[in-house]
Amino acid sequence: MDSVLFNEEEALKKLKHYLPAQAPLKDFVHHNTLHAFQEMKFEDALRYASRMFAYKVSLSMDEYRELYKKHRIREDILEDRIIKRKGKENADEWAHKLFHKDYDTDIKGRIGSLRRKWERAYKVDVHAEVEIKLFKILNSYLDQGISIWKFPTHPDGFLPSIRELENESITSFFKSKKGKSLIKKEDITIKELLDILIADEELYERYLFDQQFSHPGWSGMVSFIEKKPDSLLDYRKISLKDVIILELILEIDALEKFYNGKWKALSEVTRVYPLELFNEVTMTEKHEALVIWQEAFEWSYYDQVLAGIIKMRGKTSKKENNTFQALFCIDDREEPIRRHIENLDLKCETYGTPGHFGLAFYYQPSGGNFHTKVCPGPITPLHLIKEIGEAVKITKDIHFSKATHHPILGALSSVSVGFLSAFRLFANIFSPSMSPSAASSFQHMGKSSSLTVENTDSKHTQDDLQIGYTLDEMITSVENVIKSIGLVKDFGDIVYIIGHGGSSINNTHYPGYDCGACSGRPGSVNARVFSTMANDPRVRKALTEKGIDIPEKTQFLGGLHDTTRDDFYFYDDDLLSEENKASHKNNLIIFEKALAMNAKERSRRFFSIDSSQSPEKIHEKVRNRSVSLFEPRPELNHATNSLCIVGRHSLNEGLFLDGRAFSNSYDYSLDPEGDLLLGILNAAGPVCGGINLEYYFSRVDNQKLGAGSKLPHNVMGLIGVSNGLEGDLRPGLPMQMIEVHDPIRLLMIVEHYPDVVLNTIKRNEATYQWFINEWVNLVVIHPDTYDTYVFKEGEFTIYHPLKKLLDTVTNPEDLAESEEETLPVYLIQK
Amino acid sequence: MKDLLYIFVLIPSLGFLINLIVPKKEETILTRVATITMGLQFIATFIFCIFWIINDFPSLYTKELSLFKSESFELFIDFSFDKITAVYLLVGAFLAFLITAYSRNYLHRESGFKRFFNTIMFFYLGFNIIVLSGNLATLYIGWEIAGVSSFLLIGYYRNRYIPVKNAVKIFSVYRLADVALLIAMWAGHHIWHKNIIINQFDNYNSVSEHISEHTSLAILFSICILVAAAVKSAQLPFCSWLPRAMEGPTPSSAIFYSSLSAHLGVLLLLRTYHFWDHLPSIKIAIIVLGATTFIIAITTARIQSSIKGQIAYSAIAQIGLMFIEVALGWHVIALVHFAGNAFLRSYQLLVSPSIITYLIREQFYSFVPKTTPIKKGLINKLRNSIYMLSLKEWNLDEITHQALWNSFKSIGNKFHYISIKTLTFIATVMLFFFFGGWFFKDNFGDICLQILPILLLSWGLLLSIRAFTERKSVQRSILLIVLNNFFIALALVYCENIPILHIGLYLGGVTGSALIGILAIRNLRKTEKKINLAGYQGHCYEYPRTEILFMIGCLGVFGFPVSTSFLGMELMFGYIHPNQIAFLALVSLSLLVNGLAMIRMYARIFLGPHIKSYHESAQRSA
Repeated sequence: MDSVLFNEEEALKKLKHYLPAQAPLKDFVHHNTLHAFQEMKFEDALRYASRMFAYKVSLSMDEYRELYKKHRIREDILEDRIIKRKGKENADEWAHKLFHKDYDTDIKGRIGSLRRKWERAYKVDVHAEVEIKLFKILNSYLDQGISIWKFPTHPDGFLPSIRELENESITSFFKSKKGKSLIKKEDITIKELLDILIADEELYERYLFDQQFSHPGWSGMVSFIEKKPDSLLDYRKISLKDVIILELILEIDALEKFYNGKWKALSEVTRVYPLELFNEVTMTEKHEALVIWQEAFEWSYYDQVLAGIIKMRGKTSKKENNTFQALFCIDDREEPIRRHIENLDLKCETYGTPGHFGLAFYYQPSGGNFHTKVCPGPITPLHLIKEIGEAVKITKDIHFSKATHHPILGALSSVSVGFLSAFRLFANIFSPSMSPSAASSFQHMGKSSSLTVENTDSKHTQDDLQIGYTLDEMITSVENVIKSIGLVKDFGDIVYIIGHGGSSINNTHYPGYDCGACSGRPGSVNARVFSTMANDPRVRKALTEKGIDIPEKTQFLGGLHDTTRDDFYFYDDDLLSEENKASHKNNLIIFEKALAMNAKERSRRFFSIDSSQSPEKIHEKVRNRSVSLFEPRPELNHATNSLCIVGRHSLNEGLFLDGRAFSNSYDYSLDPEGDLLLGILNAAGPVCGGINLEYYFSRVDNQKLGAGSKLPHNVMGLIGVSNGLEGDLRPGLPMQMIEVHDPIRLLMIVEHYPDVVLNTIKRNEATYQWFINEWVNLVVIHPDTYDTYVFKEGEFTIYHPLKKLLDTVTNPEDLAESEEETLPVYLIQK
Repeated sequence: MKDLLYIFVLIPSLGFLINLIVPKKEETILTRVATITMGLQFIATFIFCIFWIINDFPSLYTKELSLFKSESFELFIDFSFDKITAVYLLVGAFLAFLITAYSRNYLHRESGFKRFFNTIMFFYLGFNIIVLSGNLATLYIGWEIAGVSSFLLIGYYRNRYIPVKNAVKIFSVYRLADVALLIAMWAGHHIWHKNIIINQFDNYNSVSEHISEHTSLAILFSICILVAAAVKSAQLPFCSWLPRAMEGPTPSSAIFYSSLSAHLGVLLLLRTYHFWDHLPSIKIAIIVLGATTFIIAITTARIQSSIKGQIAYSAIAQIGLMFIEVALGWHVIALVHFAGNAFLRSYQLLVSPSIITYLIREQFYSFVPKTTPIKKGLINKLRNSIYMLSLKEWNLDEITHQALWNSFKSIGNKFHYISIKTLTFIATVMLFFFFGGWFFKDNFGDICLQILPILLLSWGLLLSIRAFTERKSVQRSILLIVLNNFFIALALVYCENIPILHIGLYLGGVTGSALIGILAIRNLRKTEKKINLAGYQGHCYEYPRTEILFMIGCLGVFGFPVSTSFLGMELMFGYIHPNQIAFLALVSLSLLVNGLAMIRMYARIFLGPHIKSYHESAQRSA
């Protein structure tokens, strides 16, 4: 009979909901760290998460006060936020509280209290006796290729493997008879074990929470792999339930051994009434003070941005007689490069759209044994694009070779390869260059290979995936993208489609540097496929019939922007017409300049580079960083991201936003009902919001929600990192990625009529949740009046920016020479 | 030319001292000083070696630099230079320079930036002293420096639980090696009747004469050297510390635990080879030890699923082979092997984060998943058992920890019911009583004079074990350790006529250091009410200065060369006669436990997760 107090299935479900949901590192994608709380309002979620799991969920009172002193939190904004929340009559009192009151700032979590009682009662060091062994077994079982002698496995999964090993060996993982006999019971249940260990059903679920949350890294990884087994190339069957059973048996085993079989269940030893984990967490004055500070911090920035946008009223970014157009990813790292290109060629136009360019498919490189997803995480593609022709050359490196750990070859390689290592190390420190240990975005696809873009036979499939797109699919795909960004007329001679990726070395989180919209892969394949489709005469013809007339001489050209190195590479440029080849050559010069300027602008945050040097010199140094073993920050990735602009480029073309904005081009006038907008928000909400929140939480609590410093990280089984040999896995972002980040929520800025936007966001429950629960702040710019409307409690209310004047700047890249800290918004004077 | 040897110690000392006074925030100055120091050292070593080669590899010895001299005892520093030194010095200088250059950017913005560079330079200083040392006393000084800085580097992330726990664990194994070296020095002293210079081993006839005169001492000497070497080089049964030392930033793990530090055991064997070469039993023991370590370590390396663990075990396996090479007299091979292995493993560690990129890419193109089923049958049973044992690292970690830590703990716990107050009271009364008795010692019978010291020492040892398991009072725990030293001194006084100066140096050093420690704790007490020894409290988070003060006190108490206690302890050892084995054992155990107790105290009060939770803190298991 199922017990009433403890329902195993229910408890497991709950656990999996709250455990970290980070994929194995090769598939690292940004997501909201506190996804489990997303059904609550942001401020409530923070309170609950903090009280339940002892997370630090915002900056501390002192940090906010420090920001205020540095004028990063503005006085007028703070006053405004206090009044908005507490009313004018309480403003003075609250201001005093915010500045001076001493609050109890301890972060106390409910989690773990039962476990502590347990440890105190038995005086057993659980970490030493149980966890280290558990981690070792788990890591060996899940290992994807570090170990040479693999874990012998049983096809039925984790527990059966251990059971079988126990049977087929003369030693054991367990020390006591009881442990050995328990593991051999095939139908053992969690409840049975808890009966031995705890014996008070009321505590069972809580005990499991305390137990699993004392090593959330491994538990979260197991729960993720259980859900998505194909995230491992070397398939392993495992479930959280199996792991819990093993852990419980190990615990019983440790007690058996320690007390020689003479011990009693916990509830018979002490009386325990731990605080209920899920109980209400009441709002206190301290919480409210932190909320006000946080909002003031956010609006101190938002306000400048909105003030800037208002100033853009009447401007247009549309140009006649375009030289070229370039489509980039919405990624915040593409915002500055677009600005530099536009500055150098006043007649070009740039656009932003999610970097998979509306195409969802799996990609299989030439010679590859697997295919990999290149579209946003939530989508399950139905198509496969295969690379044909020359495969990317994979160079080998003896230092990663298993031979160095071989009984005989190990010694030989020590006395031979060893001296090569000395030379390599010397070379890399004093003159870094590309090597097989680096991840390069250009390795995603060969430079001279071709792709199976078109599908002419619907039977042409592989693994239930259709190889290539049919003509109809191609037409819709192209149409959707160019319509959504508002590029339907005035085509230039060349339309560049530029995906992006990153290059780095000694970087365990390398997929996080690639395109988020391509599931942590470079966007080159998508860009190339899209260009091929758009260049197809039949597609052009169909589009003309739909009223989108792309001149015959216009050609689309796919490329890749390496955001770490600031390099461009273009595919199929030999297919350009002679005339276009010539203008492409000119454009390349512009790109090269723009890239160097961009490198210079980025360099203000780089300690190792003197930003006053010429852009070209700096560019070379930036390239070197990407291949330097000793450089833990090859680029700063999404750090400081805080905006997402959905609208015409004219909204922010004249603003210096310092690479903090995702920007999705969108022309409201082509989409009166908001149908296209819905598609954009469905993608941009979770993708940009996920990135933003992962940065937020990794920044405010780098220890529990982030991965801590990456310097001591040790790669575990190719799936995760831990500190040293015995630690738990560390999900989240390492300190080096987030240290310059300002933890503020994303401000989504949409250009459209408020009522249209309101109707649109309500059409998708999941997307609406991001806004109504304020995990992402939403502001609408009225296209006619440029008034700003803030979304709060389900409706839009007008907001008048407090900032009236913004500073102007002529050459933003010059700021790099003097400024290291976060910059305000500037108007760009041309 | 030989006087130039001093500069290899002077350069790193100077760099270390300069950086001590550079303010924390000055990253650029700190790294510049460090890089210039290491660069200079590298260039100096390089040029020196060239001249040395041109001069046809002469063996060089500096004059003895006397630190302390009495009729029966002399402690002096001297340096020597030969092939072994040349290789170790060159490899060390090369790696230290590169790693420092590497860390310049790598450590940027890391809290503890200055601490990192200072500890590395301090370690490097110790390394150079060891490599250049011409006698065991000099080597011991370097050995201690290297040991303490290793402890600090392993526990670099001092507000996390695991690094601190492992640092303390590893320190306890190191302490064993320290004591083994002390005993070896003692044995050497009695074999030669003076503090031996290593080049005396080269005289074949003299060595064999001395050995035949003192066979048991010679064996004891060799065993102690072997224990010290096995500990430092992570040979059986001490293998497990090396992978657990990989807790600091990757470059520090690369330079120390897979290269320089781990190969010091080999150096120790090379240095003493001409001595134990005369003892076939020791040679066989070394070969067997090296071979078994090799087999165990290489299988463990092959099942390791964490990259740093794998590299660590591979390094250990190679060092096992080097032990064999040294024992067989293949010294050139051993030196080449050392250099290659040190370079290879440190580079492998430095690029270890890249393994994901590299292997995943490789797998994507060439990997075909295949399962490794569990096979049945007797042979497979054995295979599976070996797999499981390797997964558990042959339980070596548990075994060493049990022996070094839990055994003392359980003894100490047995005496827990006697309160520390009573214990101190009895001890003090005893001290006075026996001290009084000392004036009449001529009237005591021989047996009495033999039993009394042992009794005193046993009681003293008990005190320090009790201090080691103390969970409440810090001050009383320190007091117990000081008392232990008094007991040792008193026991010695009963056997030997010891000049008051020698006792003064010894007890004065210990007491003075203890006072510094107590002062630090008192200072801390002003603001922190609850300080005990029950668990980690991480007070270095708020009191970094007090922490340094207390650490210096600690080091002084257990005989680190920062106070006269270091000298005193060596002197005291000298007074133990070759026939007083029980005496020797008890004193050694006391020193071992004192070291453990002091470092435990330091770690529990100042290191580990901070007890206050107003800031972010890592999970205990992270």
